[in-house]
Amino acid sequence: MIMWDNEIVKMLVVEGIGPTLYMTITSTLFAYILGLPVGILLVVTAKGGLKPNAFVYKILDFVVNILRSIPFLILLILAIPLTKFIVGRSYGPTATIVPLVIAAAPFVARMVESSLLEVDKGVIEAAQSMGASLWEIIWKVLLAEARTSLIVGATIALGTILGYSAMAGVVGGGGLGDIAIRYGYYRYETGIMVVTVILLVILMQILQIIGTWLSKKLDKRITG
Amino acid sequence: METMIQVRDVRKVFTTQDNTVEALKGINLDIHKGEIYGIIGMSGAGKSTLVRCLNFLERPTEGTVCIEGRDLAAMSEAELRKARTEIAMIFQHFNLLMQRSVLDNVCFPMEITGHKKSEARKKAKELLQIVGLEEKAAAYPVQLSGGQKQRVAIARALAMNPKILLCDEATSALDPQTTKAILGLIREINQKYGITVVIITHEMTVVQEICTHVAIIDNGELAEQGTVEEVFSRPQSRAARKLVFQDGNKYAVMAGKRCIRIVFKENSSFEPVIGNMVLQCKAPANILLADTKDIGGIAHGQMVLQLPEDTQIANRMIQYLKDRNLTVEELNDYVG
Repeated sequence: MIMWDNEIVKMLVVEGIGPTLYMTITSTLFAYILGLPVGILLVVTAKGGLKPNAFVYKILDFVVNILRSIPFLILLILAIPLTKFIVGRSYGPTATIVPLVIAAAPFVARMVESSLLEVDKGVIEAAQSMGASLWEIIWKVLLAEARTSLIVGATIALGTILGYSAMAGVVGGGGLGDIAIRYGYYRYETGIMVVTVILLVILMQILQIIGTWLSKKLDKRITG
Repeated sequence: METMIQVRDVRKVFTTQDNTVEALKGINLDIHKGEIYGIIGMSGAGKSTLVRCLNFLERPTEGTVCIEGRDLAAMSEAELRKARTEIAMIFQHFNLLMQRSVLDNVCFPMEITGHKKSEARKKAKELLQIVGLEEKAAAYPVQLSGGQKQRVAIARALAMNPKILLCDEATSALDPQTTKAILGLIREINQKYGITVVIITHEMTVVQEICTHVAIIDNGELAEQGTVEEVFSRPQSRAARKLVFQDGNKYAVMAGKRCIRIVFKENSSFEPVIGNMVLQCKAPANILLADTKDIGGIAHGQMVLQLPEDTQIANRMIQYLKDRNLTVEELNDYVG
């Protein structure tokens, strides 16, 4: 039996929830910094897009597909040299952010692409007919009209990255997943593993509730 | 009169992977300032492509489009965008920004033209008053009916102070009564602000209701153009006839029997012309189609009659109608 003393609770919060949230939120942020422009570019340069450019589109499409098809566990290991180069070491929460961003950015790009493609072509045409520039259409029409869908996408991205961050425990990535592997797998302390899982479930629920609430609140297509 | 839109030899070819479609086959069109110009055609005739060539949402494959004498094709992208701010457009499906309030939708074009926000809101409120929706300023498009949405779209179009208003099937998604109201509003705008209006439609009634001029487009070509009265009272081309008798096919079974078409345009609507004709000739005539309207005490519209087989009586009927100054046309070869 494990002792549920302050030490353990402290460890779960300081070494578990803290780093997990840090990894998840920071990685999502960076994944959007990279993925959002790529998603926009995919929509704009696609055939029939606002500025069709087969060359740019095909390259981006190819890179996104390649990165999306590498399983995260393998990416974790493949990315080690790059991680060492950027962060200086290959373990711990900050180091985990590097592979998380590489895995999540193309995923985010696809999410953004599909959200923007949902925007009514007629509305884009209307903006064009008013003499709107490309930038104005992206900013005031595409992103503004797709915002609900973008928030739903961000919620899904956060959830996926939360799951990935737990996987990084295998290589000493820190956070709840790390604790689950070290205590539950290597030391057979099932109790702690169960607790980490419950904590992950709770975190996921909170993210989902906030995301859903926000997307509904901002959606003006819902009456009443 | 000053030419607003000049279209010369415009061709538009769409190329897909396995075939090419020639949507426009050399269109020539002159639209003058202040006209309400109808472009009518069956679906697939190329009318939507044509209207999109007028503001270069579609670039013609060949030919020129000049707005107030300036060739759109010769403009840089920035100049074209600027030119577009003077050519407003409204659409069949309204195309409002769903995530913006009514007021912000009307402000949208003024954001593009770089108006101050306070100024834009003030003007937007005035425009909403013109279209009769000032109390809906804070509402969102989803809360509006189709007719109200089109009014917002019209207010949005006016926000650019346009010289031209393009209407792409603007009333096709609306019921007849709302259509009438929206067309009334467009006419009012045309008269009050002198905005040249181009109306794309597949409905002859829309043209009759509002347009001063009409061009009939059929299979990528202009079949006929002129004032509405000319085209309507004497349709020359097959396409025009088909549109004027919009349910024409139904009369195909009458082939061989004698049918006439009567056009009303100056007779008093108080005179029972057909009734008197029947009484005087003492033979019945079958009314196959009647589409007449009383506009200010004058009958406007058309009627198709099937005459008795007796040639003498039939001739007498035709004479009677001609004596009443009606345009009478035999439809022997008419098959719709």
